[in-house]
Amino acid sequence: MSPQGQAMAFKLDGDAAARQPATVGRDVRETVGEVRVNDPRIRCTDINVHYGEKHAIKNISLDVGKGEVLAMIGPSGCGKSTFLRCLNRMNDTVRDCRVTGEILLDGEDINGRHIDVVPLRARVAMVFQKPNPFPKSIYENVAFGPRIHGLCESKSDMDVIVESSLRKANLWDEVKDRLDDVGTGLSGGQQQRLCIARAIAIEPEVILMDEPCSALDPISTAKVEQLIEELRQQYSIVIVTHSMQQAARVSQRTAYFHMGDLIEVSETDRLFIKPRHQLTEDYITGRFG
Amino acid sequence: MTNSTHAQPDSVSSFARIQAGMARRRAAEQRFKMLGRIAVGIGLLFLIVLLGSIVSKGYTAFWQTQMRIDVMLSADEIDPEGTRKAETLRKADYSSLIKQSMREMFPDVSGRRDRFALYGLVSNGAAFDLRDRVMADPSLIGTKVSLWVPADDDVDMLMKGHIDRDAAEGDRRIKDNALGWIEKLEADGRLEMRFNVDFFTKGDSRDPELAGIRGALMGTIFTLMVTLALSFPLGVAAAVYLEEFAPKNKWTDLIEVNINNLAAVPSIVFGLLGLAVFINVFELPRSAPLLGGLVLTLMTLPTIIIASRAALKSVPPSIRDAALGIGASPMQATLFHVIPLALPGMLTGTIIGMAQALGETAPLLMIGMVAFIADVPQGVFDPSTALPVQIYLWADSPERAYVERTSAAIMVLLAFLALMNLVAVLLRKRFERRW
Repeated sequence: MSPQGQAMAFKLDGDAAARQPATVGRDVRETVGEVRVNDPRIRCTDINVHYGEKHAIKNISLDVGKGEVLAMIGPSGCGKSTFLRCLNRMNDTVRDCRVTGEILLDGEDINGRHIDVVPLRARVAMVFQKPNPFPKSIYENVAFGPRIHGLCESKSDMDVIVESSLRKANLWDEVKDRLDDVGTGLSGGQQQRLCIARAIAIEPEVILMDEPCSALDPISTAKVEQLIEELRQQYSIVIVTHSMQQAARVSQRTAYFHMGDLIEVSETDRLFIKPRHQLTEDYITGRFG
Repeated sequence: MTNSTHAQPDSVSSFARIQAGMARRRAAEQRFKMLGRIAVGIGLLFLIVLLGSIVSKGYTAFWQTQMRIDVMLSADEIDPEGTRKAETLRKADYSSLIKQSMREMFPDVSGRRDRFALYGLVSNGAAFDLRDRVMADPSLIGTKVSLWVPADDDVDMLMKGHIDRDAAEGDRRIKDNALGWIEKLEADGRLEMRFNVDFFTKGDSRDPELAGIRGALMGTIFTLMVTLALSFPLGVAAAVYLEEFAPKNKWTDLIEVNINNLAAVPSIVFGLLGLAVFINVFELPRSAPLLGGLVLTLMTLPTIIIASRAALKSVPPSIRDAALGIGASPMQATLFHVIPLALPGMLTGTIIGMAQALGETAPLLMIGMVAFIADVPQGVFDPSTALPVQIYLWADSPERAYVERTSAAIMVLLAFLALMNLVAVLLRKRFERRW
């Protein structure tokens, strides 16, 4: 049984005896666990986010490693989506949102004055909670990114990119005969995989996923999760999820957020088997959230 | 205690209480529906009365009494030197030929006053028709031609029953002797109702039987073309900038408030502005569709901006996120995804603005588009009127025959409006997409 599978077993059985009691009390707000990795793709230091008066993210430091899936879990409103949106500066589009702190992508501060968000978002692409394909053809959905970034010279180049992206997203076989159909006509799960295909068509380094399966049925969810596992070979993936089972299934590291604080970060197995913080334990055992 | 959440935990069950109230609730539903039906019914009634009165008054204007006259095109009168030059043919006195033919039809009529009344049975336009015939085919000179020409508007009104033949002589515009001539013409088959082609091909005229709508229609078309060409791109560009790109601060708030205020400014004020700025400062030609278009653009812009902003606001943010999330620049996201989705709404706003502009009269009065202009304008710099102004001018004219022409002009205006709306609906269908 895989490590993830073991973690699953603990939770699903509710085998509290196998779990060691947490040692850090509920009042502590410093992050417990390993926020740093050896070879980071993204390194965040002392991130604070304010929405007007509201302090949404409080002094968070966290690394995203190369080729890893980092899951972010926590109750609603804990700031995990906000933090995710800092990583490719999608919060720029939110009015009254202020982000401070240092976010290094391959050693370069993405909040720096000389950084242009357009190429940044081409390197750190995003997939959203609700599948949001453009109301255009399936082909156009995938081709949009490469076209605006000028990634291909000819129509045949584009055909190659579209096909390989759809293949990587495990969608090619389902849509290869109807590339001219409207993307919004696909099923929810297919739409979400189309959105992932659209993101990987521009060959980003990091893919941010904001609850990508929350609107999907279990079978579609399984397909997307399998896809995430495959994509990990090539990309770093940060995924926000409400489902602890999903975090356990797809991620190598998991971060638990609570009220704007990053409470605990560790290897996924360890977080679910031996949570060190009392709040983490409350959450994963279902006492909270 | 078990029923503590209910107000009356007595023997009557909740279900029975719901049942008891159902009759009253159904009655209320029915009353509410009835109110709606009554409102719709009254609205429809007004519309039917309005359209009915316009159509019943106006449809006769599409027919016009024509009179057949036989004219001897004597070469001595038209072209005594026999050169057949166009200049000579144009200057010939055709009205005297027509008078001569009228005298031949009624040889008994003598006396200056009676003859004058006789000549008055045929329209002044007959001489022009005759001239056009001769100039088109000079070989007709020297022969006798038979042609249909418009009858005078009083004859037309008599034929259409607007003048009572049995009224006392002093109460009608057609006197007894003229009535006798007309009855003879009728008996000879020389009077006939024919489709009024002139109404659609001619400009305005002092003679109602010659007055046509084409001048005003072309004026309106040119004016609206200028308005559309200016207000749509300006309005959409302003809306897109304000909605998608402008920072939200007190300056943009101020601009927004002012745009909303402009939408409520009475249109005559825009007319005065046009007079003061476009005519007095920029010295643009008075009465021209270009000028009318500029003034109506000022009036239409706020409507288009407000409607376009609403359309942009209704595009789901997820579409913007999707584009931005894979690195589209804000312009690319807006141009390729947001605007296409907002386009149907923008078109709706534009068509509402254009419909307003189509019916607008007051500002055009201020900039001289109310003048009497008989020529059909050929471009945006030619003096012209517009349909609503033409309606106003005709409604203001004393001749009985202008009454039906006023209604007919209203019908043309409404048909034009319906056509515009149809185009808008088709365009909207064409661009509509689901998401």
